[in-house]
Amino acid sequence: MTRAPDGSLRSRPGGPKPEPRFGNIAQDSLRRQATSAEPDFTAIRESGDFRSLRRRFRLFMFPMTLLVLAWYFTYAVLGAYAEDFMSARVLGSINVGLLLGLAQFATTALVVLLYGSYVRRRIDPLVDRIRERAEGGPR
Amino acid sequence: MSTHVLAAGPVGDPTTTVSVFVGFVLMTLYVVYRVSNRNATASDYYVAGGNITGAQNGIALAGDWLSAASFLGVAGAIAVHGYDGFLYSVGFLVAWLLELMLIAELVRNTGRFTMGDVIAYRMKPRPVRAAAANTALVISFFYMVAQMASAGGLVALLLDVQSKFGQALVLVFVGIVMVLYVLIGGMKGTTWVQIIKALLLLVCVTLMAIFLLGKFSYNLSDLLDRAAAHSPLGQGLLQPGAQYGGSQTSRLDFVSLAMAIVLGISCLPHIMMRFYTVPSAREARRSVVWITWTMIIFYLATLFLGYGATALVGSEAIQHAPGKENSAALLLAHRIGGSPLLGVVAAIAFATILAVVAGLTLTASAAFAHDVYANVIKRGKADAESEIRVARLTALVVGVLSTAGGIAAIGQNAAFMVSLALALAASANLPTVLYSLFWRRFNTAGTLWSMYTGLVSSIVLIVFSPAVSGKESSMFPDVDFHWFPLSNPGLVSIPLAFFAGFVGTLFGGKEQDPARQAEMEVRSLTGVGSGLVEPRRD
Repeated sequence: MTRAPDGSLRSRPGGPKPEPRFGNIAQDSLRRQATSAEPDFTAIRESGDFRSLRRRFRLFMFPMTLLVLAWYFTYAVLGAYAEDFMSARVLGSINVGLLLGLAQFATTALVVLLYGSYVRRRIDPLVDRIRERAEGGPR
Repeated sequence: MSTHVLAAGPVGDPTTTVSVFVGFVLMTLYVVYRVSNRNATASDYYVAGGNITGAQNGIALAGDWLSAASFLGVAGAIAVHGYDGFLYSVGFLVAWLLELMLIAELVRNTGRFTMGDVIAYRMKPRPVRAAAANTALVISFFYMVAQMASAGGLVALLLDVQSKFGQALVLVFVGIVMVLYVLIGGMKGTTWVQIIKALLLLVCVTLMAIFLLGKFSYNLSDLLDRAAAHSPLGQGLLQPGAQYGGSQTSRLDFVSLAMAIVLGISCLPHIMMRFYTVPSAREARRSVVWITWTMIIFYLATLFLGYGATALVGSEAIQHAPGKENSAALLLAHRIGGSPLLGVVAAIAFATILAVVAGLTLTASAAFAHDVYANVIKRGKADAESEIRVARLTALVVGVLSTAGGIAAIGQNAAFMVSLALALAASANLPTVLYSLFWRRFNTAGTLWSMYTGLVSSIVLIVFSPAVSGKESSMFPDVDFHWFPLSNPGLVSIPLAFFAGFVGTLFGGKEQDPARQAEMEVRSLTGVGSGLVEPRRD
């Protein structure tokens, strides 16, 4: 009986590759054993690819997280301290507060889309390259 | 214009409700039994062998997250307090962006079963794992007691079981079913319960919202007007300040709550654990994308349901029903579709509680068995078989304890206890997780300082808050030992925990291993060395 080898067991040299099992929930994503010995993490960290990966990651994630939080707290603080502004009616009984709340929904959707396109363009290819070099066959 | 909802007596027909619910339990138990024919390894039991797809996990996450408090509670808060209740919806939604951008993928790349795996990566493993297990157990316990307590209220409403003993009996039944899910099904079984429940809940809530809007010819303004007319708050229902307006302290409390909500979710132990059930970081990303879309639909629907309940049922009737605010969605279901719809919604609400407590039980048992037993007591030398045995035993103990806690807490405000759990998660876990992922110098001392400061400070501040004593709405209204003005500690305890982590790191000196640090940094961003393979698609 073959069982998908546990992913956390690193570097079992020559470990058997798991048979692809039909009808499995995620058969295209069975783990693969690292074939070579432990990768040299310090060398990878100092490599140009990893540096630019880290830069690209931080360039998007940190400012975007801060922006999302700032926008959310603006909304919350306005609700707590600017009642008159939030209660101003815009369309019938729909007021500024409700619209800003719904705007949070819209921006959340927008950030998910932006994030998706950013990581697909700028992050994933670099990750693939670094992994290819670190564990994909003989160097 | 008063409605015919009575203050006493069951709402709807108990036979319908009970039979729909029992049908659900039997169906899910069957599914759990069928999918879980192999729970042999620890990985199977804790994380379903890591073989759940991103989409499935996203829906299961929704099932795990949409607890009674975030479904019945939010709808009820909007129905009664109006705009101030809407903050929950927005916070619960925006919080997933932090999970998406900073946590899910990196945590998937670095860990294996529990949050302890991530933070023990480059620290001294034993004290750090013990701390992680402590916080996970405390958070999960509070969360679970809140769920169980709201199950008690639900029973009172639906079956007209008013006696404490009768409610306790039902809770014991809930406890038994949830332990069965976990023991028989492990993570795979629990995941499928959550998927089934989440789909039912989403379909049901969406249809109800569309129907409601249809009743007002898709004119939101009319719906709001009608809601305002049926609330003692009048137009105040649509404006901020109904619940948290007035004094400076209560405004600050509103901000504190907002902070705990948005920062807490991403670090709840049972949410983090779900990311280990997918095979790779990109599947983890896919799951967060799925749950975010799900949440957008769900909380939009909840907004309409909340105001719709006020418009059609009326605030007064809701507050006089047994179960108070929490019954808003159910009363609305009864008003729209009579007993059958009520039966369906009530069964889903019960199923919600079952699915969430099952996920929590599993998380708590993993925290104890994997972190405390296998890695602290046995120093990583426990064999998988005895680890699973300990995990199953823990699940049983946790089930008994949380049932007992739930019985003791019947009638307490579930939303309050959940916001407590969120504040705890945001203070005890978030600083540590972020620091250990992004700050090279962060060390064992910083980890311990931050976790324990966050945990202890939020518990102490809660105990001495007006939520526990000194006010009519408190847990113990008759005594007054409160000195902390806010009922949610987040505003103080979260920054404090960040600060403690910083200071602790400076005091801890340079004990860490630069090689492990490099390994964690590379592994968290790329997955190199994790053994995880990105599925090739498109």
